Amino acid sequence: MSLELTVNPLLCVAHGMCAELFPERISLDDWGYPIIDKREIPPHLEAHARRAVAACPTLALILRTRAEARPA
Amino acid sequence: MARAANHDLHRTVSPPAPGALPRLLPDPPASRLVDHLARLGPVPDRVEHLAAAVGEAGLRGRGGAGFPTSVKMAAVAKGRRTFVVANGTEGEPASAKDKTLLAVSPHLVLDGAVLAARAVGAREVYVCVERGASRTVEAVQLALDERLAARIDPVELTLALTPNRYVAGEESALVHWLNGGEAKPTFVPPRPFERGVEGRPTLVDNVETLAHIGLIGRFGAGWWRSVGTAEDPGSALVTVSGGVARPGVYEVPLGTGLAAVLASAGAAPEATRAVLMGGYFGTWIAGAAVPQVSLGAASLARAGTSFGCGAIAVLPAKVCPLVEAARVARWLADQNAGQCGPCMFGLPAIADAMDALVRGEKSGNAERALARWTGMVKGRGACKHPDGAARFVESSVRVFADEVALHRRRGPCARTAPLLPVPAGGGWR
Repeated sequence: MSLELTVNPLLCVAHGMCAELFPERISLDDWGYPIIDKREIPPHLEAHARRAVAACPTLALILRTRAEARPA
Repeated sequence: MARAANHDLHRTVSPPAPGALPRLLPDPPASRLVDHLARLGPVPDRVEHLAAAVGEAGLRGRGGAGFPTSVKMAAVAKGRRTFVVANGTEGEPASAKDKTLLAVSPHLVLDGAVLAARAVGAREVYVCVERGASRTVEAVQLALDERLAARIDPVELTLALTPNRYVAGEESALVHWLNGGEAKPTFVPPRPFERGVEGRPTLVDNVETLAHIGLIGRFGAGWWRSVGTAEDPGSALVTVSGGVARPGVYEVPLGTGLAAVLASAGAAPEATRAVLMGGYFGTWIAGAAVPQVSLGAASLARAGTSFGCGAIAVLPAKVCPLVEAARVARWLADQNAGQCGPCMFGLPAIADAMDALVRGEKSGNAERALARWTGMVKGRGACKHPDGAARFVESSVRVFADEVALHRRRGPCARTAPLLPVPAGGGWR
């Protein structure tokens, strides 16, 4: 089952911890907000992804299994 | 109400001639129930085939996204204790078709809402109108009073007067507001068809979409498809504004040539610099390209645009497109809900860069920044506001590249009177 990182933009206030902890998939935009690289997260990077999620002070970073196609 | 004797309310009438218009905007208006029923007759008693008929008709949402209506209906119909929301908020400054439709044919919209409610098993319908649109609010209130007195509806209809904000009409924002919150978009999924009003599956449809359902429910998919083309069936409302002799709302068959629509509104082709298709989230079509474009999905896609909400703003040659684009970009920045960082900081930065282009900044920094930031903000908000604003700015810089170069060479132009409207915003509740 493949994992997917998502940011809830309503909660994110640009602490930037995630990009520090998981630079393999997270960079920051010109205003300090995370940009997620949507490529698949290979098993050897999963621990880094989970650490980034756990470190987010506003719980804005979410790790979930890749969503199936939705009707809308 | 003396004229609306009981037999009048139930007398069926033969459908308007196939292929004939108007369907949605009768002249004279049918704002009174008695006139509406004399024209179209009552809605049918049976709705079990409605979703299939709407699918067969090929009706797509007319609020801007163009999603197939029957798919959304089917998804909501699976739920229990569902709701219907008739979205007539129309915060788009270049569009007036929903307000006009609700003022001219409120009962056709309400018929469609009631049919849709019965089809998805909803007992309650919220009819949402922007509270600043006083003429429309009056017409809808009167129509609701008439229906209550005539006892024709098996579902409860409630008028809800929404805040005057651009993003307040976005479906998740509207649902959040109906649930007692601010009219600001929420993080999706779940989308309203999954969890909407009171957390229940909710069908949010644009009021024009519902009016079409009011027609399909009565006269069927075949009749409905007798206007338009096989690929783009039906009629649609368009709002033509800006540099034309007869601005207003027109009902046209889909697939009609853009030039013909502009001609009926009295645009002068040789004096038309460009056309903004789809409102402030839309894209520009250069005047020279207008003759090749028709109001069908494929043709509009080839022109790099889409039908959107049917707003068509005409930019005359004598107006500076860059000044207009910069003003709209600033307004879009001001309309952000202050929720998501990339939108909150990105759109004002983009608007600043557009102002730099208008000033004729020579370094080229503003153009590079625009290319970077428009790409950066897309897909990064809870709603599509940053995407729409970025699309508008990208299109402006691309279609008016000659104007950007001219400003860089010669500095700011002699400004003309503002053309595209930028209304003041209200609160969020």
